[in-house]
Parts: sequence; structure tokens; C-alpha cells
Amino acid sequence: MEALLQPVAQFFGPIWPLVWTLVKIFAIIAPLMLCVAYLTLAERKVIGYMQVRIGPNRVGPKGLLQPIADGLKLLFKEIIVPSGANKGLYLLGPVFALAPVLVAWSVVPFGDGMVLADINAGLLFLLAVTSLEVYGVIIAGWASNSKYPFLGAMRASAQMVSYEVAMGFALICVLLISASLNLNDIVNAQGQGRFHDMGLSFLSWNWLPLLPMFVIFVVSGIAETNRAPFDVVEGESEIVAGHMVEYSGMSFALFFLGEYAAMILVSAMASILFLGGWLSPVGFLPDGFHWMALKTASILFLFLWARATFPRFRYDHIMRLGWKVFIPITLVWVIVVAVWMMTPLSIWN
Amino acid sequence: MEFKTFVFYVFAAIMVFAALRVITARNPVHAALFLVLAFFSAGGIWMLLEAEFLAITLVLVYVGAVMVLFLFVIMMLDINVDRMRQGFWSYLPVGALIAILLVVEMVLVLGGRYFALDAMPEPPPAQAGYSNTREIGRLLYTDYVYPFELASLVLLIAMVAAVTLTLRKRKGLKSIDPEIQLSVKREDRVRLVNMPAEKE
Repeated sequence: MEALLQPVAQFFGPIWPLVWTLVKIFAIIAPLMLCVAYLTLAERKVIGYMQVRIGPNRVGPKGLLQPIADGLKLLFKEIIVPSGANKGLYLLGPVFALAPVLVAWSVVPFGDGMVLADINAGLLFLLAVTSLEVYGVIIAGWASNSKYPFLGAMRASAQMVSYEVAMGFALICVLLISASLNLNDIVNAQGQGRFHDMGLSFLSWNWLPLLPMFVIFVVSGIAETNRAPFDVVEGESEIVAGHMVEYSGMSFALFFLGEYAAMILVSAMASILFLGGWLSPVGFLPDGFHWMALKTASILFLFLWARATFPRFRYDHIMRLGWKVFIPITLVWVIVVAVWMMTPLSIWN
Repeated sequence: MEFKTFVFYVFAAIMVFAALRVITARNPVHAALFLVLAFFSAGGIWMLLEAEFLAITLVLVYVGAVMVLFLFVIMMLDINVDRMRQGFWSYLPVGALIAILLVVEMVLVLGGRYFALDAMPEPPPAQAGYSNTREIGRLLYTDYVYPFELASLVLLIAMVAAVTLTLRKRKGLKSIDPEIQLSVKREDRVRLVNMPAEKE
């Protein structure tokens, strides 16, 4: 690989690092966008089968070209700006909804060392960048100059800010036991211990000692991405479609891209932090990116499953679950883990 | 010019511009969003100082949480821009006084003996294994543990005070306690009745 790239690097000279980084970014974003497109199809198919329907099956073989058709349709639609809307911010809203999610992928490792930016404080960076997602919602809701989007934005952002706290505490537990903020190190720290030596690596991953945190992280992830059953932002029966009501065409599509990319991001985070990332679940199979993809896909399936199963939460129940149930549990569990690490029973030495 | 210096000037220029727009923007929501931009650039400058923990925490806390709540309040207000511009001249002396005080303080700090440029030489670049997070954590929990605990106590008291100030039970509310709703069993609501079939 190095030898092959040598002549190209010489051709570009001093701007080679820039070019190479751009190539890497493209190699992450392009498959991600494809995954987003096919996640929408997977969602419709999975929910369809769960409700004893077939789902989309008309465009292309077995409906496989449906996302392409949807994308083209949205691309050719007119973008309507409501009168009295704050035009600049109105058009910036969808960008703010998508951009932080894409930025967050820069620190996500896909394999041992396979990462765009291997930074020290990777976990903190992820937390900070995902906390910016809320701006897309707020700006879109306010700039539309319309009542329903504004109400939807208020709900959604209050919900996202609340669940971020619980998510943060769950992450504190993870960084306590792996003693590092670097995502690469966090994964590698899960590949050791008694069970790993026995060849049963999947029992040495973080999900087992931190089981309550794993559950809270996944549920908070669903709430954070505003997915059903926490999708009061869309709440068709109450407030039409939340902050996206006034958007059409590609500006609407950007919100959707952002939402699905955020879903994939949360699933990837859960598989890195709790399910051992690219590590193989058993000793006799090799580690690799395919494990990471499999784990991410399983958690994504859980997202879709939850959407097909549960009715929408009432708003005050969502807030109660976040503040009165999750945050106290996580606070106590942080102390439990910290004390556990100091006792002779600690399993993380 | 070194590349790092160039980056510094870019961040600094954006930050000064954003800070200026915070006080000159007519629309309060725009002003708040420019403040977000200013925080962001400040985070970038801290990143240049290899203080990545502080930089990311600045973005996480101020941009991700504090400014969101700010925006909440500002967006809820029904602001009349014309009325806001009234009384500019009567507020000017107070504002000017505060501005002059700020400038004097800054001159004292930056021009003084302790923080002048030659008193604060550029720190040596950190080694490869250096972790800003680890260093700050070590300092906070060893050398500065008492001030740190004191600060957290003050914050806790402020939090409790804020909750007690705003917590009030309104009378005549019809909302139901979720605990009661969740503890309802099927037997409380449904009665199974066994009826003999009716015959004509």
C-alpha cells in the first residue's frame, strides 16, 4: 500500500496530506450516505414485515431502488421559503442538522487504528459534537416563523438536552473502567480479562459489567435521535411534523439524512463502547471490521424493532423517564463502579 | 509565518468579529448565535494551546447546553426591536463606565508584571504521550482538591436554591401522578363476567 501510494504522494508534494485526508473523508462519507439511503428502505421493509405487510417492492428488483427514487424525487422538488421566515437561518437549519453528525464520524474507529483522526479525547469530542445536533432543530423551528415548527423544536431540543445528561453519565462509567478517552484504547481494553483468555471474549466486553448503563445508553440514544417511541418531535397526531413542517425538497431531505446518520452513529458508538467494536465475540474467529458492521446493524435493527413495537410516549412521561429515572440510576452507578474499582473485587486491573 | 500562527489569527479574527456582532446584531436570536460562534472560536484557540480538554468542554458545556437554554428564553420573548432601541442614550453612560472598567482591568492584567508577554513565555511543546485531560484531572484532585470541592459545593447550593425558588405546587391541577398510572393492574379496570348464553 505504502509503496503503491509513493508516486502519487510525490506528484502532489506538500499538499499530499490534505489530499489524502480528503480521500479518507470521502471513503467514510460516501458509504455512510449509501447506508443511510438503504437504512430507510430497511426500516420500511422491517416494519412492513412486522405488521404483516410486504413493504416497498415496486421500484427495481424487490424494491431495492426505492431509496434512489425517493432521493431523486426530493432532489427535483422546489424548496419553499415561507413568507416572514428568516431566510438565511431557515436554509442553515438543515445544514446544522446534518453537519455535526458527519463531523462525529471523524473519530469513530472502524478497526484497530482504522480511524480518520486518532485523537486523545475522542469520547469527549463525540459527546461535544453530538450535543451540537440540537442547533439544527432549534434554528429550523425558530426560522420557519410558524407555530407548529416552533413548538416541535422546543419539545425536541428540551428532550435532546435532557437525555444527553444521562448519556454523558453512562459514558463516564465507560471511561472510568477503560481509563482512557481514546476510542481505540476503549475497544482494546475490552479485549482482555478472564473470559477473553477462555475464548469467550463477548463476556469480557463492557456490556456485562455495565449492563444498566448499556440499556440506558441505548434508550437515551433512541431519545437523542428523536426516534419512536420518543418521536414527539414528529408526533403526526399532535403537531404535524415538528420543526420540519415548513421544509420541502432537498432541505427536508437533509433533516432525514441527519436523523438516519445520527441513528447509525449512536449504534456505532454503542457497539464501540459496550460491545467491543471490531473485536471478535469468540476466540477462534479473527477480529475485523465485519464484526463492527454486524454489531452496528443489530443495534439499528433494535431501533426499527422498537419503532414497530411501542406506542409513542406522552411528553411528560419522556421528561420523567429522563430526569427522574435515568439520571438518578446513572449517578448511583457511577459511584458503584468507582467504588468497585477501588475494592479487591475489581476486574479491571 | 508559521501555519499555527496563521490558524490562530483566523480563529481570533472570527472570534472578534462574532463578539462585535453579538452587541451590534439587531435580532437577539442572531446575537445569541454569534455568541455561539465566538465560543466555538475560543475553543479553537484553546485547542492550539494543546488544551484539548478545556476546548472540548467549552463547546460541550457552553455551546451544547448553556446557549441552548439561552436561545430557549430569547425565542420565547416577544421582542420589539424598535422599543429595544429606545433609551440608548440614557443607558450609554452606565454601559460606557462598565466598558472603561473592563478595559482598565484588561490593561492591568495583560500589562502587569505577572502576565506580560515576557513573564509568560511560550510553553514547551508537549511530549507525544501527553494527555491534557489526565494532567488537569491529576491537578484538580491533588493540588487543588479543596478549592475544587468548594466550587462543587457552591454549585450544588446554587442548584438546590434554583429548584426551591421555582418549585411551586399549583392548586387545581388535573395531571395524574405517573406512579399511580403505572401501577394500575388489569384487575382494577377490567371485570370479566361469565354469562350464560341466552336462549330464544
